[in-house]
Amino acid sequence: MKEIIVIIGGGIAGLEAASQLLKLGYSPIIVEKSPSLGGHVAKWNRLFPDMTPAADIVSGLVESTKEANIFLNTEISFINRLRDNYNVKLSNGVSISTKYILFTTGFRLFEAEKKEEYGYGVYDHVITNGDLEHWFNTSDDRRISERDIKSVGFVHCVGSRDEKARNSQCSKVCCITAIKQAIEMKEKFPDAEIWCFYMDLRLFGKKFEDFYTKAQRDYGIHFVRGRVSEVSEDINSRVIVKAEDTLAGKPIRLTLDLLVLMSGMVCNPDCTKTAGMLSLPLDSDGFLKSSDNVLHITSSPKSGIFYAGACTGPKTVPETLAEARSAVLEIHSHITGK
Amino acid sequence: MIYQGKQKIWSEYQKEIPDDKWFYVRSCIRQNFFPASERMFMEICRDILKKDFYETEHHTTCGGIAYHCDTIPQETAMTIVARQFALMTEAGYENYVASCITSFGNYTEILQTWEEFPELETRIREMLWKACRKEFNKPKYLAHASDLIYKYRNLIAEKAKFRLINKETGEPLRVVEHIGCHYAKMFPSKGVGGAEYPYVLAGMVEAWGGNVIDYPERRHCCGYGFRQYHVKANRGYSISNTHKKFESMEPYRPDMIITNCPGCPYFLDRWQYVIAEMEGKTYGKDGFGIPVFTYEEVAGLVLGYNPWDLGLQLHQVAVEPLLDKIGISYSPQEKYKGLDSKDIMRPGLPENLKCF
Amino acid sequence: MMDNIFGFKISPSSAINMDKVDRALFRELCRVEPDAARCMACGSCSATCPAAAFSGMSIRKVLLCLQRGREKEAFGMMSNCMLCGKCMMVCPRGINTRRIILAISSIYGKEEVK
Repeated sequence: MKEIIVIIGGGIAGLEAASQLLKLGYSPIIVEKSPSLGGHVAKWNRLFPDMTPAADIVSGLVESTKEANIFLNTEISFINRLRDNYNVKLSNGVSISTKYILFTTGFRLFEAEKKEEYGYGVYDHVITNGDLEHWFNTSDDRRISERDIKSVGFVHCVGSRDEKARNSQCSKVCCITAIKQAIEMKEKFPDAEIWCFYMDLRLFGKKFEDFYTKAQRDYGIHFVRGRVSEVSEDINSRVIVKAEDTLAGKPIRLTLDLLVLMSGMVCNPDCTKTAGMLSLPLDSDGFLKSSDNVLHITSSPKSGIFYAGACTGPKTVPETLAEARSAVLEIHSHITGK
Repeated sequence: MIYQGKQKIWSEYQKEIPDDKWFYVRSCIRQNFFPASERMFMEICRDILKKDFYETEHHTTCGGIAYHCDTIPQETAMTIVARQFALMTEAGYENYVASCITSFGNYTEILQTWEEFPELETRIREMLWKACRKEFNKPKYLAHASDLIYKYRNLIAEKAKFRLINKETGEPLRVVEHIGCHYAKMFPSKGVGGAEYPYVLAGMVEAWGGNVIDYPERRHCCGYGFRQYHVKANRGYSISNTHKKFESMEPYRPDMIITNCPGCPYFLDRWQYVIAEMEGKTYGKDGFGIPVFTYEEVAGLVLGYNPWDLGLQLHQVAVEPLLDKIGISYSPQEKYKGLDSKDIMRPGLPENLKCF
Repeated sequence: MMDNIFGFKISPSSAINMDKVDRALFRELCRVEPDAARCMACGSCSATCPAAAFSGMSIRKVLLCLQRGREKEAFGMMSNCMLCGKCMMVCPRGINTRRIILAISSIYGKEEVK
C-alpha cells in the first residue's frame, strides 16, 4: 500500500510537497481550509525579482498535484496519536490514519489595523501590501483613486521588528516587496513621487540589491531612513505622514495620495491551534519550532511530523519551495529507513 | 475618514464604568481656571441625575504636577495617593473618580506599578501607616470625571435645552475635541476609545448634536507639557505646540473646542491671546478666537445654565459668538457681576484678539 | 507687528516639510547624472574626505540636503570641496562624485557654490 502523507495547508509549500511526493510514488492528502489552492501567492500579482506572474507559479503547482487527494473548505477537527499512527479527523467527517503529517500552514499577514497610529481602516487612502496586490489583480479598490495619484508612500516594517506588536522578528520579504510595488506604482503613475520609509533595507536575496539601485536610479524612488511614527488625514482626505529622516537628523513630514503599509508575516493562528493538539512547541518568534534551526529546519521534535515553508518563519517563495522539497526528502528517507 | 473604522476601534476600548456610588476628588487648579466646572459636575451627578457622589474636604493634591516636574520622587506621590485611597476607604466607597486628567493618569500609573511590583505597594502601605496611621483598599473602579459625563451623555441629552447646532443654519457645530495626554496615552486600555482615537469627548459631542472634527494634529499635546511651561526658558515650546495645533485645525473653521483636562483648556484658551499679540493672528471669525470649554461647561450650556454662572466670563476667548450661534441667551451687562450682583471688575481688553 | 513683551516666542518648526520642497533642480541633476540618486548613505566618502574633518564637507550630506530643500547648507559644505576625488575612490557603488559636484555647480548656479 502506498504511504499516506497528510499535508496541512494548500499553499505553495503544500502543493510543491504534494507534487514531489507523487513523483516518489506516495499518496499525499492536502487539507486546505479555504475554497481554493495557492494560499497567499494566489492572491499576489507578480513576484520579485523577475516579475514572474504569481498565477503562473500557482497554476503550475496545481497542475502537478492533480493526482493528489485534496480536501478544500476543510479544517482539522482534531489529531491524536494511536500507537505508531496519527489519527487525523477532518471537519468534513473524514478520518485519516497516517504515520506522516507535513505542516505547510504558512503565515498570516500582520493585521495592520493593530497599528492604530497608521489609521488602516480609518483613513480613506491607507492600504496594505496585500490590498495593493489585490488591486493589481482586480483594479478594484475604492481607496485608490487613480486620477489623483501624485504621491505614494510605503511604510516598511508594519508589525515587524516591533516588540509592542509582539513581533520582534524581521519579516524578510517586505523590503523587497515594497521596492517591487514602488516600481510597479511608478510604472503605472510615472508622474507620481514614490517614497519608501525604512529602518534598514534588508535586501538579502538574489538580485534584490540590483532591484534597489534600479528603483533609485531608474525610477527615482525616494528612500527615507526613518520609521513613520504617525499618520493623519488632512481636510482633503489626503494622508499626512510624520517620520524622522534619521540621515538628516530632522523630523520630516509630507502629504500623500496613498499610503501602503508593508504588513509583516506572523504565524498563522490556525496552525498554532493544530500544533497545540500535538503539543508541538512554538519558537520565541511565535512560529513553529523546528527540532534544530540549523540542521533540521523541516523536522519537528515529534516523530513523523514535518514542517515546510513559512510556518517556521518568514520566507520567500523560492525558499519555501526549496524547503518543501527538502521536507519531502526527509519524509522519504524516514519511510525508506535510509 | 471611515467612521466605521473608528467605531471598530472604539468597540475594542470599552471601559467598565459603574453607574453610581463614587468618591470624587477635585483638581488643584481647575477651580481657579474654570471655577464652575467641578461644581457643575457635582450638580449634574448629584442633583440632576440623583447619583451618590461623595467628596471630602480632607483630600489633597495627588502630587501629579510635582511628579511630572521632577520635584518629588514617585514614592512620595504614591504615599499621597495612598492617603486619598484611605479617605475613600474610610468613607465606605470603592469607586474613585478624579476631576483631573493628570491625577487620573497618576492613579492609573500607580495602581499599575503596584500590580507589577507588589513589594512597592507593601512599602507604601507601611509609609502611609507611619505617616498618618491610615490604611486603604485600592479602588475597585477608577474613572476620570469625563468618563462619567460620557456615561451619562444620553441622560444629559434627554434633559438638554440646547443642542450643539447652529440655530441659523440648522447645521451641527464643528467641534474640536482635545483629550489630555495623561488620559489614555500612557494606558490606552484605561480610556474610553483608546489612545489614538479617544471616544470619551467625541461621544458627548455626538450625543449633544455636534460634529467632531478630526484634524491632522488632533493627537498633539495642547502645549502645556508641564516642564515646557513651568520652566520659563521652555515656554516658547509650549506656545509653539499650541500654535501648531491651531494652524492645523484652522482650515476646518471650528466653532468650539471641548477638552477634558485642567491644563488643556487653559492653554488652548490663553495662548490664543498670546498668539494674537505675537503674530497678530486669530483663529475665529472676525478677529475672535475659537472658544474653549471644559466638558462640564458644555454640559451646563446644553442643560440651559446661565453662561455667567458657569464662569465663562473667566475665559480669555470670548464665548458670546458661540452662545449666539446656539441661541443661548445671556445678559452682556451681567457678564462681570458675581454672586449677588457683586461687581467683579472688568478685565482690560486685548488689542488683537476681539473680546468683550 | 507689536513688540514681544512675553520673553519667549513661537519657534519655527524644524521639521522638513516635503510638501514645500521644490525638487525640480534635483530632478534635473539626476537627469544629467543619474548616479546622484544611487547613494545608499554608507558614509565611506565622508570618512575619507580630507576636507571633512576640518570643514564638515560630506558629499553624502550634500546630496541629502539637496533632496530636502536645504540647498544653502549643501552649498556651504561644497565650498570646502577640493575636488580631490578620494570620495570617488572609496564609493562602493562607483558613483562619480566629482562629476556630480560639478553638475551641482552648473545646475544650481555657479556663484552660489564659489
